[in-house]
Amino acid sequence: MSETPLIGGAAPAPVDSRLAGARIGVVTFPGTLDDRDASRAVRLAGATAVDLWHADTELADVDAVIIPGGFSYGDYLRAGAISRFAPLMGKIVDAANSEAKLPVLGICNGFQILTEAHLLPGSMIKNDHLKFLCRDQVLRVENNTTAWTNAYTAGQDITVPLKNQDGQYIADEKTLDALEAENRVVFRYVGFNPNGSRRDIAGISNAAGNVVGLMPHPEHAVEAGYGPGHTGTDGLGFFTSALNTLLGGK
Amino acid sequence: MPRIVVDVMLKPEILDPQGKAIVGALPRLGFNAFSAVRQGKRFELTVDGEVTDEILAQAREAAETMLSNPVIEDVVNVEVVAD
Amino acid sequence: MSEISADTTKKFNIDTVANAAVTPDVELPWAELGLKQNEFDDVVKVLGRRPTGAELAMYSVMWSEHCSYKSSKNHLRQFGAKVTEEMKKDMLVGIGENAGVTNLGDGWAVTFKIESHNSPSFVEPYQGAATGIGGIVRDIISMGARPVAVMDPLRFGAIDHPDTARVMHGAVAGIGGYGNSLGLPNIGGEMVFDSIYQGNPLVNALAVGVMRHEDIRLANASGKGNKVVLFGARTGGDGIGGASVLASESFDDTKPSKRPAVQVGDPFAEKVLIECCLELFKGSLVEGIQDLGAAGISCATSELASNGDGGMQVELTSVLLRDPTLTPGEILMSESQERMMAVVTPENIAAFEAVMEKWAVEYSWLGEVTDTGRLIITWEGEVIVDVDPRTVAHDGPVYDRPYARPEWQDALQADTFTSSVQDAGRPSTPEELKAAVLELIASPNMCSKDWITNQYDRYVGGNTAMAFPDDSGVIRVDEETGLGVALATDANGRYTFLDPYHGAQLALAEAYRNVATSGAIPMAVSDCLNFGSPEDPDVMWQLAESIRGLSDACMVLGIPVTGGNVSLYNQTGTTPIHPTPVVAVLGKFDDVARRTPSGWAEDGQAIYLLGTTAAELDGSEWSNMRGHLGGLPPKVDLERERELGAILINASRDGMIDSAHDLSEGGLAAALVESALRFNTGARVALDEVAARDGVDTFTQLFSETQGRAIVSVPRSEEVRFNDMCTARNFPVARIGVVDAADSALDIQGVFTASLDELREAHEGTLPKYFG
Repeated sequence: MSETPLIGGAAPAPVDSRLAGARIGVVTFPGTLDDRDASRAVRLAGATAVDLWHADTELADVDAVIIPGGFSYGDYLRAGAISRFAPLMGKIVDAANSEAKLPVLGICNGFQILTEAHLLPGSMIKNDHLKFLCRDQVLRVENNTTAWTNAYTAGQDITVPLKNQDGQYIADEKTLDALEAENRVVFRYVGFNPNGSRRDIAGISNAAGNVVGLMPHPEHAVEAGYGPGHTGTDGLGFFTSALNTLLGGK
Repeated sequence: MPRIVVDVMLKPEILDPQGKAIVGALPRLGFNAFSAVRQGKRFELTVDGEVTDEILAQAREAAETMLSNPVIEDVVNVEVVAD
Repeated sequence: MSEISADTTKKFNIDTVANAAVTPDVELPWAELGLKQNEFDDVVKVLGRRPTGAELAMYSVMWSEHCSYKSSKNHLRQFGAKVTEEMKKDMLVGIGENAGVTNLGDGWAVTFKIESHNSPSFVEPYQGAATGIGGIVRDIISMGARPVAVMDPLRFGAIDHPDTARVMHGAVAGIGGYGNSLGLPNIGGEMVFDSIYQGNPLVNALAVGVMRHEDIRLANASGKGNKVVLFGARTGGDGIGGASVLASESFDDTKPSKRPAVQVGDPFAEKVLIECCLELFKGSLVEGIQDLGAAGISCATSELASNGDGGMQVELTSVLLRDPTLTPGEILMSESQERMMAVVTPENIAAFEAVMEKWAVEYSWLGEVTDTGRLIITWEGEVIVDVDPRTVAHDGPVYDRPYARPEWQDALQADTFTSSVQDAGRPSTPEELKAAVLELIASPNMCSKDWITNQYDRYVGGNTAMAFPDDSGVIRVDEETGLGVALATDANGRYTFLDPYHGAQLALAEAYRNVATSGAIPMAVSDCLNFGSPEDPDVMWQLAESIRGLSDACMVLGIPVTGGNVSLYNQTGTTPIHPTPVVAVLGKFDDVARRTPSGWAEDGQAIYLLGTTAAELDGSEWSNMRGHLGGLPPKVDLERERELGAILINASRDGMIDSAHDLSEGGLAAALVESALRFNTGARVALDEVAARDGVDTFTQLFSETQGRAIVSVPRSEEVRFNDMCTARNFPVARIGVVDAADSALDIQGVFTASLDELREAHEGTLPKYFG
């Protein structure tokens, strides 16, 4: 496991020196696209990003896992449908459901993989307008108690990029009611529902709150000048949240 | 309500990337018997009332002109399914 | 070909070199394969015998217009000839390779190239546009670079023509569907609607990649005994429609399966291929590499061999096939996507295979490099091709096609807009001017392109510092230093139609200006020359004049052409498209944090107009909206463009400006509205003084397309320094307004006030109205 090579190799000073030892794994499947971005976000938050390969059979002692966006296996069959059978996914599912409650974040295609792997309920279908859509999207943080959202305030509005073709979240009414009742709707689209998702849901968590999935891309809003509106960095809180969780748990 | 089922497949000579990815994944789950997969589309056209020859002809025409892209796809089946 | 002896133990009736030598009189389908009589005679002369079927296949595709540039080559030489030592200093690799390579400093290099995929995109827009992206990206990988961004200049027919929606939906979805799956941000491009492109839409694709100097890879096969490998997708019958006549090679009783009319792209396979190649480069596991595009294995083997030690031996039955009925000639000509060929030393074979296994990429070893100077291709050991590879790859026919200034050119240039009926009732009252501005910004060519660009991923990679609708796309290359590049593409077919020499220069001037406006130093040019039939002397004149104009202008601006592509025969019947030389300019930033966005953001900043305005409406968007095309395009003043560029770059570097937007199509009116809508910030503007200074009416001030102009916003604290710089450079400058964030309106004093909502509704409503 080497550290993710970067085009340049930016290495900002850790926010908290205790965090530099935190190891956050970023999984690459064939067709994954945003793995470098997720690794950069981890580093900008102050931790160490660890490359994980879908065919690996061990989790390399990571403290948390990010399943990044992209088109793993080309979204062929269904988005995430082939990736969920990767050897490493079995390990991730076991670790997420274990006593240790490994924090797992699925972004976009990663969210789709988590639903296909049944770590999260529901599924994503094609956007209601049938097109790929890339836009700066406002989200409301509905639940700031999960492993990946504790750096935000409840009800906070954040702007992060959204970009997908199959982003319409669907589940049966019973499941949706249960998610609402258990405060597991973590993010909702604000102002504009970009894909027809039920109840404006942009992201959800598992019951324990250690597994979170969402369609928008917080890892694209972590560095001023490269995010929404040339200045946005609202996504960085995801990655510092995970570190808070790890520090709290250690 | 009776339905008319239309099945559309990519022409045999056209590359099917989806089928290629699926056939590559099957052996990893222990399904070793399949040497090729091609993925197609199924349409179900619901008809209010009886499916007449004229309606079936309409379905065939719709299948050829709109439901499929004749440049890359073939309509491989048009049939009536009674419920 | 009944004379060819049949060997019934083999799958095909193979035409060997030995057989060709003893059966000189066999009739070959050279005409069906697109060769002319003189070209076929040349092949026979070069070989000293008739070609085999397989050799004929290779020569016919490699000597096609598309691969050999036979009609344009004599003119294209100017790009290499009109170059100063100064222009060469940053060129690490020039024209001739898959893409030119430019030095960025700090050990970094950049490569970029633009290509056309016009005709396939008309037949099947989704797959045509998708495979266009795939091809240009593989060109970039072939240089050893990591692709970092793509752009797509598009030209379609009239916006309200029923067929335009088909092409639009397909091409945009194809660019998105393929490009978004590769993890490459789409950072810009163009969208033009004009009925002249109705039957010949232009789908051009640009890709840019970066690498360390030591990673530059060239397409050559050197080192006797090194192995030749083909990897990626399997070879199918794609793109060999013309080669089906070679089916006569095959046994009568085993008819080949049908050949696909359309090539289907597999973006997932391409993405895996990219990562796989980068891993090969990282481990220095390949000596030479070449993508397989047009002419497939014919091109890859002949180019690799002729650029290296000159010899190669290949066993064609080793090629992995998707369709087992393909004949040797068809395998050589197949244009199946997502394939690469590489040369590997024997000691690296195991490491190479390990990378292939990791990414689950199929590969097969085809043969090896030799020092014989011959490209030998065998089929089950029997020699079916024995050629000097240079004669295939580089010594194709070259034509001096006749050309002449069209008889109608004078009349066209004499038909000016101001003398036309279309200019009667020119808007002059405040109400008319406001209506004219709203009409302009809602017009097909000037309206917001968000409907298109929102279907592309501009964020992936995390290095996009600017993207459409900013004037240039800007990508960070080095995360430590902020070193980066800017890219812009431009062309105006109407300008070039009115005056090909100056029109091509105007395309370059605008792309140069766009790059400088973003704050980057222009460094290199790539072009995609889209024209009609070179066999029409009128078209040939347009092509010759455009190349002459472009190469002259590159000398003045001091930036070299590092590569490009020519697309000819873009015409419906005898009606050619407007000559459309699409010019891409690449610029460099020492630190992309200095980039200048195209819209206003800071309240109270002063708005300055750089440059003066003349009455230049011929060929303009306004005249186009009124259905007029005639006269002369705006005057080109390259020295002034250079000076303007220097001001914009220095002002950006020294923090004197916070926004800049160039003036081009749609003139000042378009630039003001776009600057306001970019970050939803209003402004108060007064044009009386500049209109009086320039001696033009308000309408002309707003709609003229005079070149060498830009608007910038300057912080109050920098105004003196900024004015001094312009004065010192003797460049005309005028303060025309103030950014007013509180008032969400664009207020052109004494003319009209339009709320930003009103402007936005007009600007953004057009594409959704036509395309849903």
